[in-house]
Amino acid sequence: MDVQQIMKDYIVDCILFGDGEKLQVSASLQENRILDSLGFLDIITFMEQRFGIKIDDDEVIPENFDTLGKMSQFVERKMNGRTAAR
Amino acid sequence: MCGIVGICDLKPGRRTNLHDIQRMMAQIRHRGPDQMGIYLDDIVGLGHLRLSIVDLQGGCQPIHNEDETLWIIYNGEVFNYIELKRELQEQGHRFYTTSDTEVLLHLYEQEGPRCLQRLNGQFALAIWDGVNKELFLARDRVGIRPLHYTIHNQRLIFASEIKSIFAVSGVPRAIDPVSLDQIFTFWTVLPGRTVFRDIHELPPGHYMKVSRGRVETKRYWEIPIYEREEQLEEPLETICEQVSDLLMDAIRVRLRADVPVGCYVSGGLDSSGVAAVAAKKLGVSWNTFGIRFDEEVFDEGTHQERMVSFLGSTHHQIQATPQRIGDAFAQTLWHCEKPLLRTSPVPLWLLSRVVHECGLKVVLTGEGADEVFGGYDIFKEAKVRQFWSRRPDSSLPALLLNQLYEDIFRDQRAKRLRQTFFRQGLDWSRDPLFSHTLRWDNTSRIKTFFSSEVKAATGTADPYEPVRQSLPQRFHQLDTVGKAQYLEMAIFLSNHLLSSQGDRVAMAHSVEIRLPFLDYRMIDLMARVPSRWKILGLNEKHLLKKVLRPLLPDQIVARRKQAYRAPIVHCLLAGASGELARGLLTGSAMRRAALFDIGKVDKLLAKLQAVENPSEIDGMALAGILSSQIIHQQFVEDYSPRGHSTIHPDLVIDRRTRVKAAV
Repeated sequence: MDVQQIMKDYIVDCILFGDGEKLQVSASLQENRILDSLGFLDIITFMEQRFGIKIDDDEVIPENFDTLGKMSQFVERKMNGRTAAR
Repeated sequence: MCGIVGICDLKPGRRTNLHDIQRMMAQIRHRGPDQMGIYLDDIVGLGHLRLSIVDLQGGCQPIHNEDETLWIIYNGEVFNYIELKRELQEQGHRFYTTSDTEVLLHLYEQEGPRCLQRLNGQFALAIWDGVNKELFLARDRVGIRPLHYTIHNQRLIFASEIKSIFAVSGVPRAIDPVSLDQIFTFWTVLPGRTVFRDIHELPPGHYMKVSRGRVETKRYWEIPIYEREEQLEEPLETICEQVSDLLMDAIRVRLRADVPVGCYVSGGLDSSGVAAVAAKKLGVSWNTFGIRFDEEVFDEGTHQERMVSFLGSTHHQIQATPQRIGDAFAQTLWHCEKPLLRTSPVPLWLLSRVVHECGLKVVLTGEGADEVFGGYDIFKEAKVRQFWSRRPDSSLPALLLNQLYEDIFRDQRAKRLRQTFFRQGLDWSRDPLFSHTLRWDNTSRIKTFFSSEVKAATGTADPYEPVRQSLPQRFHQLDTVGKAQYLEMAIFLSNHLLSSQGDRVAMAHSVEIRLPFLDYRMIDLMARVPSRWKILGLNEKHLLKKVLRPLLPDQIVARRKQAYRAPIVHCLLAGASGELARGLLTGSAMRRAALFDIGKVDKLLAKLQAVENPSEIDGMALAGILSSQIIHQQFVEDYSPRGHSTIHPDLVIDRRTRVKAAV
């Protein structure tokens, strides 16, 4: 499963409504005004449902969520049962 | 309270067409169902629709001066007309009515445009000087009453509402992409603009003179700004006494009417304060009106009921269900005449209908207190972020911001991400727009839905530049809270709250709102009060709470401020509004309007159908897109004015020299 591609498709479709060129793997989603803190809640719900993971409150931090790359790595670590940054 | 319309020829030799004036009047019957009057000569045509409130028998307009050289049509109230009349009588002026309108006319005769400085009121007016062939238009200081105009075919065409201007044949109707861009940034257009190309609004605190083909606009009032040394030095208790006295007087003069006056009571501090001052200090027995919501997060019912039982008022409530909000969305837009990013005007439209059904024409409201006394979270947010910009390592601001937005950020999971959000732009703390850019930047994200045509028309121009350019020099002396207050008052209050949530939705049902907190004397006094007394720490409206505490139940003063909001997505995608959405958000309708990107809107709709709790920003996008499409349909695509024959005036003054040829 290509987690990064799934995450990217979700963000392009549901956050950017098709404007994919704005999205880069290592660019900050907040600094580039792609997401605000409420937008992240949509993404969290999507990640939990799509990948069958449970995200704890203290895992919702910039280290895990600030870029597409960090988010995808975070999901992969969770799916592999490894501990994510807190 | 009324509706006014008019046409003034800028090029002599043509004659005013009676049917044009009648057709303009026919579109805004709701503003003045009681009486109608028309004035015509070879240069101007004036039409008036009256909602009788003062001098029920004698106040039919147009009204003239002693020698019938000056004629006035007027929408509004001058609350200090009794005092002004006395003075004018001493100067020899004679009156044939007991209305405030006639007082205003004689004051103009006496003092010219300077008379505006002496009016305590809410008004939009037109005075025609038949001798000097000069038309004078003016609007109240903060923009409580509307006045729109356009220049077409060398004629100045003006009216309370835009739909009257469009009723004049040949006036082009098109959405202005720059205005749309402003609405999708600031939640409203900037002063002077409307969402329609070449249709303007006379900005608040301005007048216009039209004479011999020349049109000249001048500002007569500015939002007051006082330097530190001009601010009040008195102890807080003394200032509170002054505010208390002034508030009572502002309410007292606003109770002047020859019809009963009601009051909106939400359960919040401001409207409760107005109702309580009148009840406890002036002995008023109220008919009160309040909105209830099904959703707990929007509803203020507990506080509203507490207040009603405290006042002993006869209370009328409406339940603003998602169904009712959706059903009334399009009708509300017909009156607001501009796209909305929120549904909050709709419950107020429903509420004024109840007022009308109860037989009342006038209500007092608490609007304006948040701007004048420092009530909004954005003021506190600016204060905290300013502090943060000076001490970037402090953890206190993050804690305070979490507290501040508890209502909006109900999900606690994104706490630390939120800190990053509010940290944005801290290095811009010297920017005059520092307090608001975060909100505006965030709202601007919904511009992603604009069509390529709209994007091409707006280009890469900085949408904030017109705001920066409009700021007076003295603005830069204000502190952070003062600057934020100024921006709220200049942009959001005048162009949204007093319009889409004020005059337009109230007058839709022939109801006049009166706003004691926006008495110009109160605005001026509070501009002299240091910010620290307005927001003490993070306690909003500290001074106002202190003034009202002896008059209100403790729970009302102590309660957390709840912003007035209404649900969006569930209202707009169901019921009558859902039907409209299904029609207007399809490819063919969107292609005709050419305002939005069809593919992106489809993706938004798919997302909104799929998620249970849509985000605030997606809700705003839906409201903005759907309301723009509705406005386009109502005013551009399918506009069909009511005919002139529906107007049967009670009074016609016809001074045209070649009447028959003109009709």
